[in-house]
Amino acid sequence: MFESLSQRLSSTVQRLRGRGRLTEENIQESLREVRIALLEADVALPVVQALVDRVKMRAVGQEVLKSLTPGQALVKVVSDELTAVMGQTNEALDLAAQPPAVVLMAGLQGAGKTTTVAKLARLLGERQKKKVMVVSCDVYRPAAIAQLQTLAEQVGVAFFPSEAGQDPVDIARNAVAAAKRELVDVLIVDTAGRLHVDEKMMEEIQRLHAALNPIETLFTVDAMTGQDAANTAKAFADALPLTGVVLTKTDGDARGGAALSVRHITGKPIKFLGAGEKTDALEPFHPDRVAQRILGMGDVLSLVEEVERKVDHEKAQNLAKKVMKGKRFDLVDMRDQLEQMMNMGGLAGLMDKMPGMGQLPEAVKQKANDGEVKRMIAIINSMTQKERRHPDLLKGSRKARVARGSGTQPADVNRLLKQYMQMSKMMSKFGKGGGKGLMRQMRGAMKGMRGGMPPMR
Amino acid sequence: MLKFWKKKNDPAADKREAAHGDADAEAPRDEAVRDDVATPAEAETEAPSRAPETAEAAAEPPRSWRERLGGSSFARGLGGLFKRNPPLDDALLDELETLLITSDVGVTASTALVEALRPRVRKREFVDAGALRQALRQALIEQLRPVQQPLDVSARQPFVMLVVGVNGVGKTTTIGKLAHHHLAAGRKVMLAAGDTFRAAAVEQLKTWGERNRVPVVAQGQGADSASVIFDALQGAQSRKADLLIADTAGRLHTQGGLMDELGKIARVLKKLDPDAPHEVLMVIDGTTGQNAISQVRQFHQAIGVTGLVVTKLDGTARGGVVFALAREFGLPIRYIGLGEGIADLRPFDAEAYVDGLLPAETDA
Repeated sequence: MFESLSQRLSSTVQRLRGRGRLTEENIQESLREVRIALLEADVALPVVQALVDRVKMRAVGQEVLKSLTPGQALVKVVSDELTAVMGQTNEALDLAAQPPAVVLMAGLQGAGKTTTVAKLARLLGERQKKKVMVVSCDVYRPAAIAQLQTLAEQVGVAFFPSEAGQDPVDIARNAVAAAKRELVDVLIVDTAGRLHVDEKMMEEIQRLHAALNPIETLFTVDAMTGQDAANTAKAFADALPLTGVVLTKTDGDARGGAALSVRHITGKPIKFLGAGEKTDALEPFHPDRVAQRILGMGDVLSLVEEVERKVDHEKAQNLAKKVMKGKRFDLVDMRDQLEQMMNMGGLAGLMDKMPGMGQLPEAVKQKANDGEVKRMIAIINSMTQKERRHPDLLKGSRKARVARGSGTQPADVNRLLKQYMQMSKMMSKFGKGGGKGLMRQMRGAMKGMRGGMPPMR
Repeated sequence: MLKFWKKKNDPAADKREAAHGDADAEAPRDEAVRDDVATPAEAETEAPSRAPETAEAAAEPPRSWRERLGGSSFARGLGGLFKRNPPLDDALLDELETLLITSDVGVTASTALVEALRPRVRKREFVDAGALRQALRQALIEQLRPVQQPLDVSARQPFVMLVVGVNGVGKTTTIGKLAHHHLAAGRKVMLAAGDTFRAAAVEQLKTWGERNRVPVVAQGQGADSASVIFDALQGAQSRKADLLIADTAGRLHTQGGLMDELGKIARVLKKLDPDAPHEVLMVIDGTTGQNAISQVRQFHQAIGVTGLVVTKLDGTARGGVVFALAREFGLPIRYIGLGEGIADLRPFDAEAYVDGLLPAETDA
């Protein structure tokens, strides 16, 4: 998400950066470009206008024109204002209520409420060690309840059964009672998708809200929504006391304008981003970091956090020890590294968060596909234990066998071995220099990849 | 939303309906859509009703395009804009551009439409705002007319329709409605539960199958989608069905692997029928913004989309992005979805669509 907006904005910004002086004229021109970039990213028009007006006010003021580097100053103003619209810092779920803390989901049809319920249940259960129960009040869409039940089983949380013939409010009341009985910490209530113009359904969710008295009421919105995000967000915010927003389907190439619109219009923080179909694909939303990402400055903080969370610390430490002792880095270690990289969402996921990547042409990004990494793992898997420890053994006929076994060509095996050589050289340097740290190892790993990445700015 | 529009436009609405009654005689092609123009009174009583059950849904008199689309902010905005009978100047054109943009028509398309009108306004070609409205209507209709190509399923037997799209656009619901639509036309319909990924998607399609009383071929969650649809086509051939509608899992257009899977489905079907699938129907959520363009581009590349369905047009979103889609791809728009009832699917009609957004007559 956000890439195209990033591209547009950062090229505008780039041009300004070098300028020694800014005239009112070129500020006007840049602002027009900023406006179009935002509109094309599906930011709702009223929000665009508000944003551009504020930037303009500050830009033509003393702040920018008098600064030594006016271009930089304007960039800062745009970044500040984007951050201001999106909120300052991440706001976590507030679950400080007498248990069960009730979380109510609301949104249009197909926004991704049910999937989000499952992801949220998993996140609260695994990361915050809460006892979670989920219940579906969607008595309208065929098989909606069955969908939640299946997902609840997958993520391993309690499911309160309901049936299509029941009244949603009754279901909700019974679920709360059951949650109390079973000493559940958090009860997440899924609801039917509804149009904001459907008075009967909006009234139903108001009744649900009154019956449940939830501590969190989350509005779920599809990141691909267009200008209508403004209307729907307003209608839902008017009907319900929302406490936060979940932005879903952010793993597509939507430019994320809906995030800005919804945040600006409801005034409620975006608390989570849904970024994939798997049940672990829910990330806390960090507005300041996203604003940086939009301006092409990367989101290194999230990357570091993700590395910390997903890397297998034991393996990493073993490797570090091994390298320090001057032992050889072998193909088994290389496979571990590659697998960890895949765990972190693969190359594409990593690149997304690195500074300056917004400007890479799409073609280069395409090249960094994870198929290559998978193939490398397959090649290593086709070797015997002995070969993995002593790659020097691999000569003509062994290489041919490995290629056959992994469904690749001998040339691919050669390429892998060459990359292995480079990596092991790097590792031996670490050993001597005493430098450790996963970031450096990772960078080494990536430099070795075919089609490599251009040097970072 | 209906009430707002009704209050202001009631007398005019009657007039318009009368006018279209005449038009029907001349243009039988439009009958299907225009037949069900309900009287305003009827519409008001049953306006935002929801129909969870088949019986109710079938009994509910379908609402017309104009009534549904007429309440949109787009239509309201445009209607209001012209009602004031403002002076013809650049401010009016700018306001028009703004309105088009807020309807998701897109910056480029909106600017192009308005810039085409600007010199004509300067040359004083239009006597009043009403004439300008006519010109804009014409421009809008002309953009959509080439993509108004109804789907003919009688050419093949069984006719294979593959329904694709991103997550949560309403594929399965659309299939339910499509099945109803074609059953009503006297065809023998079969469904294939090709969404083997999402939890309970198979059950959802089966429910639609029961409502319509049509057979659903399914293997359950986690099965190979291509194999389910292959089986279904074999079944459809041996049972001599007229139409096979195959569901697929929602997938974001950026996920290469999942997009390749669509290609596989098409390849596998060709083993049974070299021309299958005869229609690749892509469903687009009407509330989607400019991202719809990227969606269509990727799906088109992966599997060769042959028709579009725009859903969820019964809210305040107008799917202005169809103008951009028509410009860029020219893919036929087959149907639009106007609600959750089983009968809420209409063949696409460019003029009716624009009528709903920007009525022909000026309101007195």
